Amino acid sequence: MSNVLYDEPGPKARRRAAIGTVVAAAILLGLTGVAVWRLADRGQFDAELWSPLINPGDDNFVLVWRLLGKGLLATLTAAVLAISLSLVIGTLLGVARMMLGKGGRIPVVAAIELFRGLPVIISIFYVYILIRSTGIDISFLPGSDGLWFLVIGLTLYNSVIIAEIVRAGVNSLPRGQSEAALAIGMTRWKSMKNVELPQAFRTMLPALISQLVVILKDTSLVAVLGLYTELLRRGNIISLNLDNPIQVLFVVGVIFIVINYGLSKLAEFVERRLSTRGQSSGVRLETGAAAA
Amino acid sequence: MDAVFDNLDLFWSGFLRSLGICLWGMVGSLVLGTFIAACRVSPIPSLRWFGTSWVTLVRNCPLTVVLFFMAFGLPEIGINQSYYVFGVAALVIYTSAFVCEAIRSGINSVSAGQAEAARSIGLTFSQSLSQVVMPQAFRSIVPPLGSVIIAMFKNSAVVGAFGVGGDLWSVYKNLTSAQGYDGLPVITGVAVGYLCITLPAAAFLAYTERKVAIAR
Repeated sequence: MSNVLYDEPGPKARRRAAIGTVVAAAILLGLTGVAVWRLADRGQFDAELWSPLINPGDDNFVLVWRLLGKGLLATLTAAVLAISLSLVIGTLLGVARMMLGKGGRIPVVAAIELFRGLPVIISIFYVYILIRSTGIDISFLPGSDGLWFLVIGLTLYNSVIIAEIVRAGVNSLPRGQSEAALAIGMTRWKSMKNVELPQAFRTMLPALISQLVVILKDTSLVAVLGLYTELLRRGNIISLNLDNPIQVLFVVGVIFIVINYGLSKLAEFVERRLSTRGQSSGVRLETGAAAA
Repeated sequence: MDAVFDNLDLFWSGFLRSLGICLWGMVGSLVLGTFIAACRVSPIPSLRWFGTSWVTLVRNCPLTVVLFFMAFGLPEIGINQSYYVFGVAALVIYTSAFVCEAIRSGINSVSAGQAEAARSIGLTFSQSLSQVVMPQAFRSIVPPLGSVIIAMFKNSAVVGAFGVGGDLWSVYKNLTSAQGYDGLPVITGVAVGYLCITLPAAAFLAYTERKVAIAR
């Protein structure tokens, strides 16, 4: 293997690398061993702590997994609602930023910078306080109030991110696309809607899937605020009852990692497919994917 | 807004405490992230494997899960620290994966021909690294690394909300529950406090990006 840092190794370098591998592996195994020993020493591998999670014969097994399933469903519901709303609002914001004149653009840019700089957990909490103290009634929305505090908070942040993704996607298109659309008599709005956006969305797809990973992770922020019982808060409640935080949080972490890892791989796959398709049809899409 | 202006000193001390979390998180995650990046690009397969697994696991796990695991899990095996220490540690672990990826992609953006040319004129490994590869890599590292650090500043609010004491969130709790102020002006003050960290950081990053940008 040769890269910018080192060449194809010769016999001496190979020997050094082999020694290094053994030493590094020994250190890593040693550290893992210390951690495992510590866990075992404190009885963290005891069957009673794990059995509600992994032993179908356990009295609590069905209940625990039903609750975790409910939590996961709550997480996915919030994430899907947030990405859908962000997509709509973000596209509108992105298009507004591109199509408004210099003066009209200022409030849009200001909003984008403001919500981009605000920590998401503050946005969520702010929405909660704002709705509570102004007495706005959101009970007509389906689902609990907590769900909507979370979804609105996530949407505030993610729609400005998506607005920027949309802008990058449209800007990465060759100028000829909008020029051709204007030349055949389309208005600027029509060219945006029928020519530029559809192409931009294709190149944006990988970035959008990656953003879904960010949203999924951010849903667990409400666990800190305690406004909505999603997967992490559900796991936390379970672990308080069963007194096994390490085991339950381990399972919750694994669930998150598996889903997000799958989504990241999907984003990579879509990106590869888009760029190879682009090459075969002669359309230049690589630049768009890179910019997004 | 009296709630904010009457208690500016409280907000100021809370702001400094929150800023402290950001700075410790920045120093820690830069050190750990550089170490993980060094592992990922090293010629030793077991270290590469370690670096890759670390990034894959940490990047796909929410910060809150890392935080809960440390704050609620570690005491079970006899590791007791304040929430401040656990919070900063969780922030450092979480951010290190993103720092690593920023550094690694920067190094990979330098074309192999540069290092080959450096070697062929007789530069040693450390000379080629310090004189040829890193100066070029640095320019590509700055923009993504800056975004990662700003994201970390924002994530520090999660640590604050978890409850470390003395920061902007505890100012909120103090003023609303102990002193009975309305929530809305106080949380607005807290939000402005965080914006005072993130917006200048973003402006500084934009400035630095322009300075180090590669003319292509």
